[in-house]
Amino acid sequence: MSSPDKIDVRYVAHLARMHLADGEVARLQPQLEQIVGYVQQLGELNVEGIEPTAHAIPVQNVFRADEVRPCLDHDAAMQNAPLAREGQFIVPKIIE
Amino acid sequence: MSSLNQLTVTEATEKLAKRECSSEDIVRAVLAAIEKNDKQVGAYLTVDAESALAQAKEADVARARGETKPLLGIPVGMKDLLNVKGQPCTCASKILKGYVAPYDATVVAKLRVAGAVILGRLNMDEFAMGGSTENSAYQPTKNPWDLSRVPGGSSGGSAAAVAADEALATLGSDTGGSIRQPAGFCGCVGLKPTYGRVSRYGLTAFASSLDQIGPLTKTVKDSALLLSAISGRDAMDSTSLDAPVPDYAAQLGGDLKGLRLGLPKEYFIEGLDAEVEQKVRAAVAKCRELGAEIVDISLPHSKFAVAVYYIIATAEASANLARFDGVRYGLRVDGEDPIDQYGKTRAAGFGQEVKRRIILGTYVLSSGYHDAYYLRGQKVRTLIRRDFEAAFQHCDAILTPVAPSAAYKLGEQINDPLKMYLGDIFTIPVNLAGNCAINVPCGFTQEKLPVGLHIIGPALREDVILKVGHAYEQVTDWHKQKAAVSGQLSAIS
Repeated sequence: MSSPDKIDVRYVAHLARMHLADGEVARLQPQLEQIVGYVQQLGELNVEGIEPTAHAIPVQNVFRADEVRPCLDHDAAMQNAPLAREGQFIVPKIIE
Repeated sequence: MSSLNQLTVTEATEKLAKRECSSEDIVRAVLAAIEKNDKQVGAYLTVDAESALAQAKEADVARARGETKPLLGIPVGMKDLLNVKGQPCTCASKILKGYVAPYDATVVAKLRVAGAVILGRLNMDEFAMGGSTENSAYQPTKNPWDLSRVPGGSSGGSAAAVAADEALATLGSDTGGSIRQPAGFCGCVGLKPTYGRVSRYGLTAFASSLDQIGPLTKTVKDSALLLSAISGRDAMDSTSLDAPVPDYAAQLGGDLKGLRLGLPKEYFIEGLDAEVEQKVRAAVAKCRELGAEIVDISLPHSKFAVAVYYIIATAEASANLARFDGVRYGLRVDGEDPIDQYGKTRAAGFGQEVKRRIILGTYVLSSGYHDAYYLRGQKVRTLIRRDFEAAFQHCDAILTPVAPSAAYKLGEQINDPLKMYLGDIFTIPVNLAGNCAINVPCGFTQEKLPVGLHIIGPALREDVILKVGHAYEQVTDWHKQKAAVSGQLSAIS
């Protein structure tokens, strides 16, 4: 790992679909760069040929019978909707 | 005689069986303690007294009918990220204000089967991100031993409630130490089970390859009782392990003869508070007196664990928290189009620490950086896992401090995220490796702040760490000492 690039906080926030105020960008910038600077130490290690760990205790082939079973009913699934109509979530218009 | 809210689960179970009190009596005593003390402590976000009393009365009726269940009539508090049907579940975040859970988490369903009374919503760092519970969007929680100090986190409410006798036992969750560290700061027993031991269905996900649910209790035996109740394979969580669930409490007892306990040299380092080190070393000596053989071990990649954790945990969090977009539940801030709506909703709904971690996690997964950070982090995770595998060839369990210091003052670390992250240095490796571990009280600093002994075991050897913790507890009385706040209550009632 080389020294970290300057983080484009506003661009990354856009990827995360999260608006940030100017003051937040200014506050986050040095904090994120400090943390990213800290993790550079992983560059000291030779990890050639080491398998990545995605789960510490691998569990394979978790299958169940393909049967219809009861699940949350529609009204319960909709009960927390900020805006709903006729059993559907309402979102802003996407296509004209 | 102690008041009913001060009982352990084991003591309460005995009293209930002998008909010396009812579940309703216990729940009323706990509610009174909350009423009296929680304005100061701030452990609970909400308490549904009506529901708790109704469940208690049902438990009393069931007992009168002759039913016996392991936790019949015992109230258990819930960290605010566990779904309890009909109760709020905010994860201490504004983005979930007003959310009402439509179903029970598997651990809640299992506790109900065991007869428990589900009581209250416990404060936490927002979405379990933090080590002090100061990141709650609603209120700070204070340490019952010293109200000017933090209770630890993220399960700070769960630990403070137990320490203040505002609960007999609680559940928390642990992604990098969030059960064990607050248990250490508040002087209670906190257990992080093996990854997969307990189903996470109904736990609001933070970092899915690390999260586990576990109990916070007043004694090791209580921890064992709750662990047996909540463990086991669950079709609703494909990462839950298909391994038998022993009666952990029944296996407790005896000394430590024949057990080898490892001391990793990498955990007794610069930055470890001298008083904490002294108490932990005294606890190690006590374990030797109990018959254990103490062996020196090495976990050479320990110093990289915090860096690996803040890559992997934030990456997983950035994906898991994408679901909070104002469409299906929670806060919605209107925007011109869906993208604008997501951006505004998340800007208004998330606090600073959550935003910091989502951005960090998005960054380490973004194009051009994925291999350098995320993939490398996963590879170093393998090295950390292998460290433990090698160490457990030489010992049955590992003894370390749970945190580098005792509880610090509110506000002391909140503006220095990296320093706060380094406070998890002794607990994080356990989550990365998937092992089980427990905090057991092992003394007090001169300022009367609890110090914790951290006992780490191999995967699915909760029986070993419980045995060590229980044997140690039987020859010490740290766990019997009461926090300042609870003492005030017992003096009055």
